[in-house]
Amino acid sequence: MSNVDYKVLVGLEIHVQLYTRTKMFCGCELAFGAEPNSRVCPVCLGMPGSLPVMNKQAVEFSILAGLALNCQIPSFTKWDRKGYYYPDLPKNYQISQYDLPLALNGYIEIPAKDGSFKKIRIKRAHLEEDAGKNLHTAGNFSQVDLNRAGTPLLEIVTEPDMNTAAEVRTLAEELQRIVRYLGVSEADMQKGHMRFEPNVNLIINRAGQEFKTPIVEVKNLNSFKALENSINYEIGRQLDRFLETGETMEMGNKSTRGWDDAKEVTVLQREKEEAHDYRYFPDPDLVPVRVNEQWLNEIKSRLCELPFSRRMRYTKEYSLNDYDAGVLTNDRQVADFFEATVQAGGEPKRVCNLLTQVGLKLANARGCAITELGPKPADIAQLAKMAQTGEISATAANTILEEMVKTGKAPRELAEQLNLIQKSDAGELEGIVDEVLKSNPQAAADFKEGGKKSGKAKGFLLGQVMQKTKGRANPKVASEILDKKLA
Amino acid sequence: MNQLSAKQLRDKIATRQTSSVEATKAVFARIAKIEPTIGAFISTFEEQAIARAAEIDKRIAAGEKVGQLAGVPVAVKDVMCTTFGTTTCASKILANFHAPYNATVVEKLLAADAIIIGKTNCDEFAMGSSTENSGLKQTVNPWDTKRVPGGSSGGSTAAVAAGLCYAALGSDTGGSIRQPASLCGVVGLKPTYGRVSRYGLVAYGSSLDQIGPITQTVEDCALMLNVIAGHDPADSTSVDEKTSPVTDYLAKLNESVKGLKIGIASSFNAGADEQVRKAIDEAIQTYKKLGGTIVEIDMPHLDYAIAAYYMVATAEASSNLARYDGVHYGHRTKNPNDYIEVYTKSRAEGFGKEVKRRIMLGTYALSSGYYDAYYLKALKVRNLIRGDFVRAFEKCDCIMMPVAPTTAFKIGEKVDDPLKMYLSDIYTIAANLAGIPGISIPCGFDDKQLPIGLQILSPAFSEEKLLRIAQMYEKQTDWHKKRPLI
Repeated sequence: MSNVDYKVLVGLEIHVQLYTRTKMFCGCELAFGAEPNSRVCPVCLGMPGSLPVMNKQAVEFSILAGLALNCQIPSFTKWDRKGYYYPDLPKNYQISQYDLPLALNGYIEIPAKDGSFKKIRIKRAHLEEDAGKNLHTAGNFSQVDLNRAGTPLLEIVTEPDMNTAAEVRTLAEELQRIVRYLGVSEADMQKGHMRFEPNVNLIINRAGQEFKTPIVEVKNLNSFKALENSINYEIGRQLDRFLETGETMEMGNKSTRGWDDAKEVTVLQREKEEAHDYRYFPDPDLVPVRVNEQWLNEIKSRLCELPFSRRMRYTKEYSLNDYDAGVLTNDRQVADFFEATVQAGGEPKRVCNLLTQVGLKLANARGCAITELGPKPADIAQLAKMAQTGEISATAANTILEEMVKTGKAPRELAEQLNLIQKSDAGELEGIVDEVLKSNPQAAADFKEGGKKSGKAKGFLLGQVMQKTKGRANPKVASEILDKKLA
Repeated sequence: MNQLSAKQLRDKIATRQTSSVEATKAVFARIAKIEPTIGAFISTFEEQAIARAAEIDKRIAAGEKVGQLAGVPVAVKDVMCTTFGTTTCASKILANFHAPYNATVVEKLLAADAIIIGKTNCDEFAMGSSTENSGLKQTVNPWDTKRVPGGSSGGSTAAVAAGLCYAALGSDTGGSIRQPASLCGVVGLKPTYGRVSRYGLVAYGSSLDQIGPITQTVEDCALMLNVIAGHDPADSTSVDEKTSPVTDYLAKLNESVKGLKIGIASSFNAGADEQVRKAIDEAIQTYKKLGGTIVEIDMPHLDYAIAAYYMVATAEASSNLARYDGVHYGHRTKNPNDYIEVYTKSRAEGFGKEVKRRIMLGTYALSSGYYDAYYLKALKVRNLIRGDFVRAFEKCDCIMMPVAPTTAFKIGEKVDDPLKMYLSDIYTIAANLAGIPGISIPCGFDDKQLPIGLQILSPAFSEEKLLRIAQMYEKQTDWHKKRPLI
């Protein structure tokens, strides 16, 4: 039994709630947290006689996302009805897209372990309406909240190209960044804007023979953590089960499992893929969608640089490390803000430090965007320049940025007010250096002697200079004076 | 009994020779007298109607501008949503359904200052050809109360024929306006698919359903179409008026069509009763006298129309009617054992036999493994039939044929033989599949004094011409003036 080698295959279905003004087929505003059944109308309630009217913005958002995922956008697509009976589905059919989705055959690139990149193929992306929510809080009865019914959802389906849970998570996070960059979804996990359904199975090699375990679909995961953990759990569970029973994939033994967040296990929901017949057919209430070149080009013009390529560019163009580039490009607004600051004359690494060490922290604490903190890119660029020229220290720059946010004052004004301008005047500093040398003769001697002790002694003497100037001595100038004095 | 047409009444009200209140009260007096025999209405709104009539009279007296149907009592088939009363679709499952919104056509009638006096009976969810499938009541034919009024808009046609209203709206999925119009001796128009908004029409077969007027005269039909036609942003399948403009259907109504070419397929009439055939032949002779010429046309795929229709219509219906499940809409069963039983029992108790039959048929046609053989094939046939009409209309202005193979049949005569009942629609179904307009106008009586209708079909969005063609005939004949003695 010990000679078992296996490979994990994961494909992912992702539902992304689009950030449109109104629902997919009616004029109701999208609402999160509104009073149950307060954002509804005859259309999203499926009232007898009501008819859907397509939300063009949702279609454009989907096409935009499809383009960003390197998909083909067919010139003809249509709407289909997917029939099933469920209390949260008002018409007992869902308007979706069956055989002619809006986007096809694309890919997402994600970083691989060895520093290269891996393409995860996208099979299709189609648009559909969301269902409502069943609430089970009223004793013997279930209640249905239809506020969510009719919300536009983009369903993205990948090929089973991922081989670890970490890879799946990376893809999901990348997708979150992409849809946020495009502005097509808020992709707020807490609000259920992204939901994942991984399909997991293993290819096991035992004694030179290959076995495939039955595919398991884990339903409705709404956090990256649950996504990653559920897949890892499934890998272990499927391996154990195979070793125990030898069960392999056959027609119809795909099963569905749910994720128990508390116990961190998957739980069986449907044993066998029931012969589910959704009786798809084209929705006669809607007309097909024709995407002509002009429209497609118009949508294409709204594409922006995507997080992945922006990240790459930051490491090349600004010589930032992967981590910093990642932090800055995670959010499009932050990246734009960063670039505007660099554009205004800030040295990239210094701007990066100011933004990541102070700006983002403050924005996070205040729950606002970096653009809403107050300081403009030009102000921060000035601050960075002051640090760059040695007028202020790097630590002082951070302090000043915090004060800029608090007071709205300009960097130089604050630097002066807080007495953070470094002493760069050689005459003034010389006197202080002399004092330090006088009171620390041993260190002075060690430094002059050179060799092993020299560096340490210089550091100590510089530290003393800093202490005497309350950190305001320009270390570069002070160091030069020391060198001169003890040469 | 009403002698006036809707337009005549409107003009008299407008010139204050009579009042809307007077006309409305007279209609309700007649309803009180003969509605118990006819059974045309599921609900009536006497108080509301008279109050509204008084308001319109007041506005007219004040010299205010009023709508095209100001003060005219009309009825609406009970498959169109109204905020007042119930919208039952003549089904037990929706017996208590109160819609929170008005169908677009209802809004348009109200905007035209019509008086909606009631909602008419029909086959349950508009599925049927005799109104016998109503889950709520029986409507009889005013010409012979032992006979059916036709269907599914039998309540509307019986009400117009019996003088219980001046005009009415029906809906036509496979002949449901034209066939009962023929059997009741009134005018019924199914407009082009997309001409009239379906918003608020409870769907049966969405790609076939179309609302249209049922009237005493062709002129009234044009007037009603003026009121209800037009694009509706709430209905994606209603047609853009930039490409197919709505015209004033009354403006040129009396201009006869010069050099009228009438398409006839000799095979059409074959299945009809001899007396029906004879009346149709005579009507065509009348057109010849008016300058019309006959063109022989070939409609090779028409034989498959009924089969294709019962696939498409039932497939759509099976999906459209899914929402009546006792959870979302409609009757809910008492004491279900589990939630699946809420669905199964509610539907079993609420739907009638024919509706169940069609839901099952449609569900089967859409099932995986059968889809291609049934639904998809039916769509292909539908395209072929469309093509037949396109080719035919290259040679002629219109096509004439019977509306129904027989005159009104006896109540109960066909209820146990659905296939025989389905054949009642053999002449009307093709127009729905092709989406083209069709009108039924009175063209004679059989030896039992039962009315016969002539059907005229014309190309998509040619209602203006179609009405003119119908008007040419009506001006030459008196059939439309005959009224049942009830």
